[in-house]
Amino acid sequence: MHIDQTIINLKSKIKAYINLHLMRKCKKGEQAVALLEVKNLTTYYRILRGDVKAVEGVTFNVEKGQALGLAGESGCGKTTIALSLLRILPSGGRIIGGEIILDGVNVVKLDESEMRKKIRWKKISLVFQGAMNAMNPVYKVGEQIVEAIRIHESNVGEKEAHERAGKLFELVGIEPSRLDNYPFEFSGGMRQRAMIAMAIACNPMLLIADEPVTALDVIVQTQVMKLLSELKEKLNMSMILITHDLSLIADTCEKTTIMYAGHIVESGDTVAIFKEPLHPYTGGLISAFPNIEGERMHMISIRGSPPDLLDPPSGCRFHPRCSYKKDICKKKRPPLIDIGKGHLVACHLISEKGKEEK
Amino acid sequence: MREKIIEAKNLTKWFPLKTGFFSSLIKKELFVKAVDGITFDIYNGEIFGLAGESGSGKTTTGKVIIRLIEPTGGKISFKGSEITSIAESRFKPFRKKLQIIFQDPYESLNPRMTINDIVSEPLAIHGISGEKEVLERVNKVMEDVQLIPPEEFLFRYPHELSGGQRQRVAVARALMLDPEFIVADEPVSMLDVSIRAEVLNLILELREKYNVSFLFITHDLALARNLCDRIAIMYLGKIVEMGNTDEVIVRNPLHPYTEALIRAVPVPDPTARRAEVVIKGEIPSPVNPPRGCRFHTRCPSYIGDICRTEEPPLIEVEKGHFVACHLYKSK
Repeated sequence: MHIDQTIINLKSKIKAYINLHLMRKCKKGEQAVALLEVKNLTTYYRILRGDVKAVEGVTFNVEKGQALGLAGESGCGKTTIALSLLRILPSGGRIIGGEIILDGVNVVKLDESEMRKKIRWKKISLVFQGAMNAMNPVYKVGEQIVEAIRIHESNVGEKEAHERAGKLFELVGIEPSRLDNYPFEFSGGMRQRAMIAMAIACNPMLLIADEPVTALDVIVQTQVMKLLSELKEKLNMSMILITHDLSLIADTCEKTTIMYAGHIVESGDTVAIFKEPLHPYTGGLISAFPNIEGERMHMISIRGSPPDLLDPPSGCRFHPRCSYKKDICKKKRPPLIDIGKGHLVACHLISEKGKEEK
Repeated sequence: MREKIIEAKNLTKWFPLKTGFFSSLIKKELFVKAVDGITFDIYNGEIFGLAGESGSGKTTTGKVIIRLIEPTGGKISFKGSEITSIAESRFKPFRKKLQIIFQDPYESLNPRMTINDIVSEPLAIHGISGEKEVLERVNKVMEDVQLIPPEEFLFRYPHELSGGQRQRVAVARALMLDPEFIVADEPVSMLDVSIRAEVLNLILELREKYNVSFLFITHDLALARNLCDRIAIMYLGKIVEMGNTDEVIVRNPLHPYTEALIRAVPVPDPTARRAEVVIKGEIPSPVNPPRGCRFHTRCPSYIGDICRTEEPPLIEVEKGHFVACHLYKSK
């Protein structure tokens, strides 16, 4: 009798689950609405020698059901943005200013318990870099997923959570029977799948994938990326893909944002960014990338190396490495201006050109 | 035909697997067959690529070739003379000519040595100690790798340099003794995209200038394609396809595994839709590799029992283009 009851319960839960997704899907036809608006976000890390200006005045939107690619060199503040969104910055890191508006709520203003109850995992969840080390090696994979579910949804029982974990495993393409394995019994690709299953356990609106495939092999990389874009479609999630690999973004994201030394230098439609990169840094990044198709090309590197963020260069932070720099670049930070169709770029060359044309 | 600088014949490296005392009494000894019978030549002044997934035996091959680890079987010749069985004491002069650049410049440089100590250590080991001679050599090599001016770098420690600069120090160290052959083991995979090109262009330059040959180990086919003259694709310790890079990667990939690898490479062009990857799963364990063709468990063009039972030999399908697959018959 008891078992029957649970089965019926479960069935209705699943139905509700599906209905929810169907509803979300129907809404898709409407105009894209911003799910997440980040305005002027500034995050510093305090260390003995001063403040590391990791992210400064960053503004971007993520629309419902869309994927945003966040690209840049290591140390440009990509991961700091992810950590700021979830407010899980390591000690010393603080959000100095700006707003993070998720579904109408300013996340920056929420207190710790509200963050935990309402935002983390339920609305925003994170797939960490390096799936190899993101799981606790002494707990079974299933237990870890059940734990994640039960911490964030306290009304869910142990058994139900376990069932749900099984469903999630099916969704990401792992046999549910493998819930009883320890992480070391999984291969790298499977561990990353399990991490993804955990991340979507509470049905988040926004999934942040921080270099989700960097540690994986090419073939497994493709499998995992395909899974991520399928899930995004199926669950109508929004996604932020953080990576230094531009070709992954070209493959999966509708929008692209390029960062350099804590600033956004260019953002817009992925096609526009790749076909007509306007910022010298974006152009440099794209031409530094080897392409397997087309003619063999001479790869061009961007000379110099990224600046020290304790004491970033004045004006445009890219000016010491830029081959088109002018006097103004050293003095004034270029604003992020719209040059049409939502293509934003922060470069004095472009804004001056615009003025001349006008 | 150009002179062969390295010839590897039937090279194998099996690592014994540590088992407990009791199971070692009962079971027979197990081996990780990291490299299992591979044959290839590298010509003078050539950049030879070695590509494949992790666990396919690329790095082991690189290390075995310059005898950083001893091969289990097979022969390696350097410029015609066999080096597999030479005693270590007599091998030292060869070590000058065979160098390696490791993957991770954050780990491969001793943090307690200055750059000067690091790059001049090979000279000390090989008994070149004249003060003026050492200084001249160090300055010249530092200029070759574009760490200019050398004085600015020589007295710093590795942690004071960026990743790209560290990797150039590693290249400088490899160049100190005028090598003729360098194994470059994923030299740019730990570096940022924007500075990768500078290390790669350096490799091309060195080849032009000093006629150094390279074994370039990589998992990135797009990179291999832009850099290597010839390439071998490895899978579970075997070479499955080998030939001219343009032929193997662009014009005419033959082995289903090569094709899958190529398709898996994302293209930095949002308008290009790429074909589906057809192979599933991950690379099997090299302890107990599948019988017959090692790729048959994941192969999309599996043609029947022959793949499961018989190991395909590496055959020459076109001139200089080798493949090990039952789909192809030799001419």
